[in-house]
Amino acid sequence: MDRDRDRASEGRRLLSGWGRTAPTAAAVRCPESRTELEQALAAAGPRGVIGRGLGRSYGDAAQNGGGDVAVSSRLDRILSVNLEAGLVTVEAGVSLDQLMRAVAPLGYWPPVSPGTRHVTVGGAIASDVHGKGHHRDGTFGTHVPSIDLVAPGPGPLTITPEGSPDEFWATTGGMGLTGLIHRATLELLPIETSSVRVDSERTPDLDATLRVMSERDRDYRYSVAWIDCLARGSALGRSIVEFGEHARLDELPAGRRSRARALRFAPRDSLPAPPWVPSGLLNRATVAAFNELWYRKAPARREGHIVAAAQFFHPLDAVDGWNRIYGRRGFLQYQFVLPDGEEATLRKIIEELVNHRCASFLAVLKRFGPANPGPLSFPRPGWTLALDLPVSFSGVARLLDETDELVATAGGRVYLAKDSRLRPELLEVMYPELPRWRKVRERLDPDRRLQSDLLRRLPALADPTQAPARPARAGRQP
Amino acid sequence: MRDALGAVGSVLVLGGSSEIGAAIAGELARPRSAVVILAGRDDSRMGAAAETVRAVGAGRVETMAFDADDPGSHEQVMADAAGRAGQDIDVVVIAFGLLGDQCADEAGGPGAVRLATTNYVGAVSAGLAAARLLKKQGHGAIVALSSVAGERVRRANFIYGSSKAGMDGFFQGLGDSMAGTGVHVMVVRPGFVRTKMTEGLPDAPMATTPDAVARATVKGLQNGRQMVWVPAQLRLVFAVFRHLPRPIWRRVPA
Repeated sequence: MDRDRDRASEGRRLLSGWGRTAPTAAAVRCPESRTELEQALAAAGPRGVIGRGLGRSYGDAAQNGGGDVAVSSRLDRILSVNLEAGLVTVEAGVSLDQLMRAVAPLGYWPPVSPGTRHVTVGGAIASDVHGKGHHRDGTFGTHVPSIDLVAPGPGPLTITPEGSPDEFWATTGGMGLTGLIHRATLELLPIETSSVRVDSERTPDLDATLRVMSERDRDYRYSVAWIDCLARGSALGRSIVEFGEHARLDELPAGRRSRARALRFAPRDSLPAPPWVPSGLLNRATVAAFNELWYRKAPARREGHIVAAAQFFHPLDAVDGWNRIYGRRGFLQYQFVLPDGEEATLRKIIEELVNHRCASFLAVLKRFGPANPGPLSFPRPGWTLALDLPVSFSGVARLLDETDELVATAGGRVYLAKDSRLRPELLEVMYPELPRWRKVRERLDPDRRLQSDLLRRLPALADPTQAPARPARAGRQP
Repeated sequence: MRDALGAVGSVLVLGGSSEIGAAIAGELARPRSAVVILAGRDDSRMGAAAETVRAVGAGRVETMAFDADDPGSHEQVMADAAGRAGQDIDVVVIAFGLLGDQCADEAGGPGAVRLATTNYVGAVSAGLAAARLLKKQGHGAIVALSSVAGERVRRANFIYGSSKAGMDGFFQGLGDSMAGTGVHVMVVRPGFVRTKMTEGLPDAPMATTPDAVARATVKGLQNGRQMVWVPAQLRLVFAVFRHLPRPIWRRVPA
């Protein structure tokens, strides 16, 4: 058969996630239409195909060694905007950056904005991303009235939360393993300005951080804490907690209140990280110094500070390719959520990180609101902590293996869109709804055309018999 | 599938009764209880190696037949090994090799040719077969156990040394040919390693152990190295040795 031919000779590209770890080679296709998406599925060889957007997943979710990768770069059209209803229909490859530039001047904003706007709508659905507004607005998938999915089994489908809840919720957060997303309709959030009014508070320790977030976040649409992961002892968990609201027109300075000026959204094309940046730039000393400075420069309490949306939502997008500052070996992001009531576990994990002098440049804490029905959707009510860690940090493998255990035991989970090293045997402990998801996937992709490196690394995703036994304790890795 | 921190899901050792091969497989397999497949000729010695690998924390351990001296079978061995693994092969360790008996082999008999066939011809054939499989997968690593003896061939063991020099060069070139394919080739150059193969020989300076070679190998893979010396100081030693005049070099003892 044609698709069984030796594919090793085809032109391939080395792909990795944003963390730049574990790259693999795949044949890249760029489908431009529904027909071409169907062809991409039909042409997939024994190693399958996976969709990919802008490659912002930290791990291996959007790579498929030895198989095909369908990149959505040519599915980049905004198809229609309904200003009355606040709805937009886009192709899967449209980025949130593109969408913001288009709809902000019209007085709208995407309902959920993750830490970077350089993600595609397809990727945001497949990872069911969240942002600083999760406690109020939920995940991205919650604001998607319909998805046009090309599934290998049944073919092209339009799936909605009401009409086809199983397929819809298996696809949101489904890591691309239920089909290739063609189009989606999104609800938009009306805004008066493209600025954000920020109130912030500096907290001296973890208890204060948790208290401030719990007490104040209900009053704001957005909330996040930047936690200093090197502060020890009585300062453990000290943070800068930020709260935000889309600024109203009357909150802007008098000279900027014209509608066009107020809704202007044109962040400068980002500066590339210079190639001469030494790869050892981020070490314990520089991170400690940065955190100290960051913490000290923040006022104890500040109210009503008006900042540009890009600065509030996507501070890192100001430097293109910032992921390269972690050097050749790359880095990983570890993000987990612990249910409400597991604050003691949260403290223990942060203590462990601090005791290991684990220099996380970015450590972000947030309180999640209610979960959605997606079996693989990450957020659930509780505390989520996200950490960037250089791979070269010695002992990181063992430390995270042990943290996995604490998270799983507490009823928490890690975020698959960022994962690149989870202990495979803990997947189903963390995602107990996995069997339900597997059944839907079986229906949508009976021949297993959709495959990815993530799926190979965590085979229990698709196949319960592949789940390794859970060892008595964490494995050791030097 | 290898993860971001270098933990792997499966390891294939060609030369499955090799102590160094088993030590490397164990060290690689431990973090994620990886599948280990030992492929070799000597069933009883492979059985012992399998026990060692299990004991350090590997998951499923299997043994299968592999003959380095039968290049015609290598392609099939790779396919069978992939089938047994039931998943991608993340690391192939080329661990087979003969030490030979320099004096006897110089004096005559089939020993010299046999050594050259196993250590060089077998490595070329198995190395290419492994590379083809990993290239299809789009990822994977080949660890080739060379020796410092191949860096500069010595009078005292030039039959063995030249076979290692040949396979060492072959795997360096293979590594370059794999750029962009997702396949990583790493050459390991241990000094004198205390094993069954070297039992009875006097320790050379800077003698090392299979476990030390295994640790250095795993670290090298995690760091994306193309060449690892064990112990690391041998690299500096050989930077000097490489330039010794021949009349001095040929007097360097075994």
